[in-house]
Amino acid sequence: MTVELLIGAGVMLVKMAVALAVALGLAAYMILLERKLLGRFQVRYGPNRVGYFGLLQPLADGLKMLLKEDIIPDGVDRRIFLVAPAVVAGMALLAFMLVPFGETLTILGHAVPQVIVRTNVGLLLVLALSSLAVYGLALGAWTSDNKYSLLGGIRGAAQMISYELALGLSLVPVVMRARSLDLSDIVAAQSGLPFAVTEPFAFILFIIAALAETKRIPFDLPEAENELQAGFHTEYSGMRFALFFVGEYVNMVLLGALIAVFFLGGWHGPVLPPIVWLGIKVLAVPVFLIWTRASLPRLRYDQLMALGWKVLVPLALVNVLVTGAILVAA
Amino acid sequence: MTPLGALFYLFAALGLGAAVLTATRRNPVHAVCCAVAVFLSVGAMLAVLGAPLPGVLTVVVYAGAIMVLFLFVIMLLGLPAGDGALPPGRFLVPATLAAATLVALFALIGADPTAKTVLPAAMAGPAAVGTILFDKYWLAVEAVSILLFAALAAVMLLGRGKTGRKIAAAGGRAA
Repeated sequence: MTVELLIGAGVMLVKMAVALAVALGLAAYMILLERKLLGRFQVRYGPNRVGYFGLLQPLADGLKMLLKEDIIPDGVDRRIFLVAPAVVAGMALLAFMLVPFGETLTILGHAVPQVIVRTNVGLLLVLALSSLAVYGLALGAWTSDNKYSLLGGIRGAAQMISYELALGLSLVPVVMRARSLDLSDIVAAQSGLPFAVTEPFAFILFIIAALAETKRIPFDLPEAENELQAGFHTEYSGMRFALFFVGEYVNMVLLGALIAVFFLGGWHGPVLPPIVWLGIKVLAVPVFLIWTRASLPRLRYDQLMALGWKVLVPLALVNVLVTGAILVAA
Repeated sequence: MTPLGALFYLFAALGLGAAVLTATRRNPVHAVCCAVAVFLSVGAMLAVLGAPLPGVLTVVVYAGAIMVLFLFVIMLLGLPAGDGALPPGRFLVPATLAAATLVALFALIGADPTAKTVLPAAMAGPAAVGTILFDKYWLAVEAVSILLFAALAAVMLLGRGKTGRKIAAAGGRAA
């Protein structure tokens, strides 16, 4: 009994370490990928000095951020100021515990599921964690005691509340087809056609809403450089500033994993081994996000709100209704 | 005590402590943070009790949406931020009333003979909760949603003020 418990705890620790390493490693190289691709889109090379092909650039950046002075401005609420960036990065990393990486393995007669936490409310828990990340942004902005930060924080909070609705509603058809909120079951339900094919509208709505949730161009109003300096993280420096960044890039990878699980059939795919398929799908999404960033200008604030409330939410509701009608008829 | 029982009391204690802090903080943003901690504890308690769906919904709805709106309004108002706790005189009367209500509640529960039977441990899956909610209590769910909708419409009407109504009557958009 005790041995079983110890083995279970050991396996769990190994799984957590692997997930954390993959998430953080991918996030670090996502920054390099973004800079490289943006360079190419803008007809320049991007970083290519640190290491071959600029491959050591994330390491150099991390070292630089660690060694920089951690400035805490006068007039801030110290406790909240210090914790806010960790909330953003922590919530993004926590969500990785729910992402299934593959089928349940059998090692030495023990069933080892390739997911840290398998729960029958997985999809809702992902949404809950993403909605809690708003606190890091809003509190960090409020406590900075800077009008640009405050404006960025207010924009961010309003934007994330507005698009959460569309995000949740766009996933309802997926749950209706998979008949489960468990991420592993949702992947299993796509062993035939992925939901991106059977639920194309839900797929598009989810991508747009998720783009807004990650606060990237064209939805980067909380940190719109030409209006708000750096928006909600104006007053942050050194590693705390980097934590906001890590949060953003971990969120990009997480979004890739979620789109792979909800719409692209997770690890299912022909010929190649499952984990390779999952990797391809997870990485395809950030490349798409970077491409969008290089192609589109930023929305105006009223356009952003109008798109969320007057277009995405009604469309998502109609999509739920139509999917329900199709499922009842079938 | 089982490990789950210990976790339950841990989260209950955390929730209670955070609730006391919520009621006594002078700084509204600190109060919001404590209220979020309360809802997270309640969500964890529900999950430990074998009802993960209501637990996660508590976090999504209360911590993830409603308290963000509170924070949003506080940020918009730009209230002067105090620090520390309110003077005891400010919350003595409400606290006494709340304590009296709690005592009355426990007395009522204690008087009910069925309250002492220990229920068997159970796990309520999302499908079971959904079926009960929309099959057995569909009328209550619909009534509440209509009530919320009416409140929403009323707020819209009040919030637009006189000029907004005039513009709307003239067929224009109230911005």
